[in-house]
Amino acid sequence: MNGGRILGIVLMGATLALVVVGTVWPDQSGASTVDAQARMEISGDSPKGAVDSLMVQMGRRDWEAAYASLANKAEFSEGEFVRDVNGSDGGLRTYADIVGFDEQALHASPDEATIRANLHWASVVGSFTDSRDLRVVRNTDRWQVAWPMAKQTRVPPQVVPVNYLRWDVIDRGPGEDWGTQDVEAPHVRIVAMHPVDRGAGVVVLGELLNEDVVPAFVTVRASLLGGKDAVLATADSFDKISHVLLPKQVSPFRIDFPEVRLPQVSGIRIQPSSSLVAASADPVIGIESQKLSPVPDSSLSGELVNQSGQVVNVAHVLGTFYDGNGQILWVADQYPSSALLPQTPEPFSIAIPADVANKVKNYRVVVSTYSSDRLR
Amino acid sequence: MKLAILLLVLVGMSMAPAEGQASLKFPAEVEAGTAFSVETAGAGAASLYIAGPGELLRRKVQLGETVSFAATDLEVAGHYVAFLVESSKTEGTNSDGATSHSVEFDVVPGRRVAAVSFLAKPSRISVNVPNGLSAVTYVFDVFHNLILQPQEVSFQVTDAMGRTESRSATTLNGVAWVRMNSAAKAGVARFEAVAGNIREKRVVQQVPGDPCAIRMAAHRSGPRVALETDPVRDCNGNPVPDGTIVTFTELYAGGQSTVDVPLKRGIARTEMPAIAGAVISVATGVVMGNEIHWGGGS
Repeated sequence: MNGGRILGIVLMGATLALVVVGTVWPDQSGASTVDAQARMEISGDSPKGAVDSLMVQMGRRDWEAAYASLANKAEFSEGEFVRDVNGSDGGLRTYADIVGFDEQALHASPDEATIRANLHWASVVGSFTDSRDLRVVRNTDRWQVAWPMAKQTRVPPQVVPVNYLRWDVIDRGPGEDWGTQDVEAPHVRIVAMHPVDRGAGVVVLGELLNEDVVPAFVTVRASLLGGKDAVLATADSFDKISHVLLPKQVSPFRIDFPEVRLPQVSGIRIQPSSSLVAASADPVIGIESQKLSPVPDSSLSGELVNQSGQVVNVAHVLGTFYDGNGQILWVADQYPSSALLPQTPEPFSIAIPADVANKVKNYRVVVSTYSSDRLR
Repeated sequence: MKLAILLLVLVGMSMAPAEGQASLKFPAEVEAGTAFSVETAGAGAASLYIAGPGELLRRKVQLGETVSFAATDLEVAGHYVAFLVESSKTEGTNSDGATSHSVEFDVVPGRRVAAVSFLAKPSRISVNVPNGLSAVTYVFDVFHNLILQPQEVSFQVTDAMGRTESRSATTLNGVAWVRMNSAAKAGVARFEAVAGNIREKRVVQQVPGDPCAIRMAAHRSGPRVALETDPVRDCNGNPVPDGTIVTFTELYAGGQSTVDVPLKRGIARTEMPAIAGAVISVATGVVMGNEIHWGGGS
């Protein structure tokens, strides 16, 4: 009995000791890369130190400290600084976290330096990098970053008239007789399909057309068949497709099979599916200044222009790339990190694999949008 | 429970009525949901069991008297078995120590149509399709029994202009069906099936064909060029449905701009950058429209 009591006291004491140790010296092994880089959070005794410190503070969302450390904070408020870094209007960046950064010195002098900082962000739809060329200035005995505020075009207050077009669906009620059928699903059709071997696996590329007069929510599922029609793998297009298609609209799709090689495949079974969905014809997004950049930084870049008066929180840009015969070479996408404000151009850039970029003769871009104040 | 019913039915059916014993006089057919009465013969107390699809009734009866059934007692159409079990006699007993007598009868659906299941397909159909609409009806009585007796069903399609096309059919084993033409003009059509006093409606969207041609015009709007199509129609002159995507493409040296615009009130309009020398084209589906050379004439 006495032995058990002693053991209990020992265990309680050990627990308390571990709690104290954990509180005083927290373990950072499971923290983000930014916190791992926190060891570099040193005072601004060098240009790099000043940038490191700022990056770590931004990664920790310690906006007050980050703003206080800036050399040019008199030029803007803390709120403006936070909106510039962390996004606004429910854009993708507002839901993302800085998970790391790297720097590259561009210029240095005794009193001023320029450092390119690449901030690496992670979001639910993938990662993106935000590059800023930071001017670092010596202020008496310490270095401070002069934050380059991105200039945002202000659209003057106005009324944008919109003939709002949307489709609503009345489904059969839960208590309806079986004879009261639902409206049938939209008719969709695969208009192109092309498997390619990408070294890391098979990729099925294609295009899907909504040939109906009502909007459709679409998905595409593909099964790779091997010998004796055995199914090697099945996957669906996930987000490499525009899921809501208006009448006569075409979306590309891409389905990745990382575990399968093309010589193993004897056939492909494609199953497009569609269902009626309440949808809106707005907003209309113009895709302007589209331009292909050659290797080594092969990409398709351009600007999205929200032609409506409503904020688009998150946009999804899908690019389809064709060769000279009109065959699909590649499908790639990008989520711009900022919200699309009315009539304000927002840049996008879709990376293209170098081996594909050399063969691209034509391309097509589509955009799907998500707005928090509207159900699609 | 089901096993017990089956056992009772089998026992009852195996017992033939002996002369002077209890007996029942059931009609061969009873309409579902109607009151009726049955005469019994014999003397003493007995239990009357009626077993049918989804129903089991038990009544204490006095043999020699008339047994009455209310309209709500038998509602499900089908084949039924009724049998009497006398508990007071020992002569001619079955294994439970009671005599038994059984009869079989049918409960038939009511003659009045109370519900119609109407399957109209498809929900959307192109204009001018002969026999493109399919209509199938199932007629039921108030208890949702399929009415097997022939019933007249009329079908009527009323298009967006109010023009009506009608056909009628007679049910065969409870089912009537017809095929009808879609209208020449696009729009929402009302498709109705009428049996007795029951009218069921469905909505069939009669949709135009693909766009036949598309043409746009352009004019300067500040630093941009405003583009607007003429009303887009199919080859029968029907306006193409709003929401149909029209793609404007502007090609210029070193790049391009595109915008997908849904038709609204039959017209698509947008604005694009005004770049001298640019070629602006318009398309919807597989139909290409005209080209405009901005700054160089159309």
